[in-house]
Amino acid sequence: MEFDFAEEQPKFLMLMYGLIAFVAVVGGLLLLLDVVPAWFARRREAQLVAASASGAPLPRRRQREGFLALFFLLPTLLLLVVGLVVPAIRTTLLSFMDKDSDQWVGLQNYGWMFSDGSIVRVLVNTLVWVLLVPLVATTIGLLYAVMVDRARFEAVAKSLIFMPMAISFVGASIIWKFVYAYRGDEQEQIGLLNQIVVSLGGEPKQWLLESPLNTLLLIVIMVWIQAGFAMVVLSAAIKAIPADIVEAARLDGVTSWQMFWRITLPSIRPALIVVVVTITIATLKVFDIVRTSTNGNYDTSVIANEMYNQAFRYGENGQGSALAVVLFILVIPIVIYQIRNLRQQREG
Amino acid sequence: MAVFARPRQAFVIAGVLGLALSAAACGTGNDKGSSSNADSAECAAYDKYKGHDGKKVSIYSSIRDIEADRLDQSWEQFEECTGIDIDHEGSGEFEAQLPVRVDGGNAPDLAFIPQPGLLKRFADAGKLKPVGADTKAMAEQNYSPDWLKYSTVNGTLYGAPLGSNVKSFVWYSPKMFKEKGWTVPTTWDDLIKLSDTIAASGIKPWCAGIESGDATGWPATDWIEDVLLRTAGPEVYDQWTTHGIPFNDPKVAEALDRAGSILKNEKYVNGGFGGVKSLATTSFQEAGVPITTGKCALHRQASFYANQWPEGTKVGEDGDVFAFYFPAIDPAKGKPVLGGGEFVAAFNDRPEVQAVQTYLASGEYANSRAKIGDWVSANKQLDLANVANPIDKLSVQILQDQSTVFRFDGSDLMPAAVGAGTFWKGMVDWVNGKDTASVLQGIESSWK
Repeated sequence: MEFDFAEEQPKFLMLMYGLIAFVAVVGGLLLLLDVVPAWFARRREAQLVAASASGAPLPRRRQREGFLALFFLLPTLLLLVVGLVVPAIRTTLLSFMDKDSDQWVGLQNYGWMFSDGSIVRVLVNTLVWVLLVPLVATTIGLLYAVMVDRARFEAVAKSLIFMPMAISFVGASIIWKFVYAYRGDEQEQIGLLNQIVVSLGGEPKQWLLESPLNTLLLIVIMVWIQAGFAMVVLSAAIKAIPADIVEAARLDGVTSWQMFWRITLPSIRPALIVVVVTITIATLKVFDIVRTSTNGNYDTSVIANEMYNQAFRYGENGQGSALAVVLFILVIPIVIYQIRNLRQQREG
Repeated sequence: MAVFARPRQAFVIAGVLGLALSAAACGTGNDKGSSSNADSAECAAYDKYKGHDGKKVSIYSSIRDIEADRLDQSWEQFEECTGIDIDHEGSGEFEAQLPVRVDGGNAPDLAFIPQPGLLKRFADAGKLKPVGADTKAMAEQNYSPDWLKYSTVNGTLYGAPLGSNVKSFVWYSPKMFKEKGWTVPTTWDDLIKLSDTIAASGIKPWCAGIESGDATGWPATDWIEDVLLRTAGPEVYDQWTTHGIPFNDPKVAEALDRAGSILKNEKYVNGGFGGVKSLATTSFQEAGVPITTGKCALHRQASFYANQWPEGTKVGEDGDVFAFYFPAIDPAKGKPVLGGGEFVAAFNDRPEVQAVQTYLASGEYANSRAKIGDWVSANKQLDLANVANPIDKLSVQILQDQSTVFRFDGSDLMPAAVGAGTFWKGMVDWVNGKDTASVLQGIESSWK
């Protein structure tokens, strides 16, 4: 297709509007940030001058500062309320209503979730994902980071495993779909995995068809993407271990095994927690990989995929919302754990 | 924190931004020049749609790429003559996005809805506007009641059909049939006999595939519907699609088993791909292609499969591939035909929207679109001479045939949770080896 500038004009115009609106809003805020405190400062200066001239006690400034703080918090609060709090409350309310969201049905949607065999399967699958992905991805990332640390081709080795991070989940799934692709045994194989099996004298298999193997094969895709992230963060943490600790340990004559367990691991614990928590939350939300690879068929569906199907494809708003609420509840403890950890670190 | 060195500087910047904004606003006046040849002779046919010069009508559909270009082309003259600007937008996520847009207060003026079930959902929710008197008259004049009942909800008509397709086709290679001395079967028994003959010659006769991205399973639902229409008849079929009988009625189970005698028969499938289980992972687009290499002889798929053949494949009775009518089991009950199509429903009743809706139901439109190519409609005014493609011609003949008993694709009539959910998924499980009874029981229990 040819690219015609004149035809695309409305889009460019839209782009320009977007840019101008962005600059106007940000510029406006910056202007306010500049003008408002200056105005308050000038007023206070005048008050101080007046007070010192008349000899009266200095006026209190706390209330005004509180007001000022509220003024600056307002945009953030507003966005949080509109974008997060209201939708969360609405979703929760919808989860107690029927599919058209006009009649209260109590806990029926939640009852459905735990009694319908296919949905229970979805919950179990999600659990398998959440347990396996952070564990495997972090372990691989950590081992790799330790192994390539100060090795000869460190930069190259690192970029190799980091590269999948640059591929979108959908892109990665399509790549792996080719790896798992199946052709009958009388045909030429186009899938890497089946070609290996065939050249070893085996029969080609329908990898994505057999449960529970297929869920594990999808998890491999996620691990492939996330291991690079774990590796980069952990590698940076390893490099940040103070040299004197490492040197002292060396002088004490530790083996490399002891070095890993006693020095490296405790030193990078905060980074490790961040990695595990981030990957866990990403895994709970996984949607693209399942939708692209199997669309949740053959017993591979997970909560986020089922939620989308129920709410947007089947028009079952109540059931979709109930799944969303469960997902929300599952994320809460992880977030609390993360916040507590951050706080402890700050205090410690 | 002083962001700007002086307040004045900040004001200047803000002022410049304001100017730029208003200048940009002035630059948008690129409205299309009003119709130049509105009074010419070829515009005479559009006289009744005139009087809306400069108005804009937005259309949302699932039609994209070359098909969308053809749409734009098909109403070009209408736009020129009436001055109505039709703005069509196609989306690959149409079924999911349309409810989002409608609920978000951003509904299009018109939508081409391929699922009567979805149309009913919007009509029940009061989102759709009933057709105007002109559109109604035009629709009733050009389409049979068999078709209009699918866009009628509680006695109110909400739109006329647009394009259609015939699904009761079996694709084959005329060349291959000629070489091997096979003849096109006209009864179900002949079809099975032919399958056995082909199987005996060392070729798996049938090829099929039901993988289709997030719609995986639909080709199998078409199979079941087509067979049920033949084993149980149109009345039972209607009861089944409206849940008048349970989804797992014995008659449905019988149809499933009858379809299974072909689809789940290791002797019959899956030519060119492997065993029965390869059905689930073979994409519908490539499922029939082995016919061109002689690895498979028969492929049941709709008329629109004509666009899926590899480049250079000639479609026609004397070409590389063609299709025959999927034969009836009991010819005395007429000629059951399964098909689909889209309906033009309106979310807005502005006069120009109704004018476009009426125009799309007219014979002029049907012929204008058909002339561009690759299009079938059940519109009675459609002139067979304007349909060039042989498979489209055959489809139009079947649709206009008096003995045809037409029924709409059942999965599009059911609630989305069943028709686009558990039915599809159930079929995937079924071809993967799950037994008929438990598959049907599972689907029945999901229909609330």
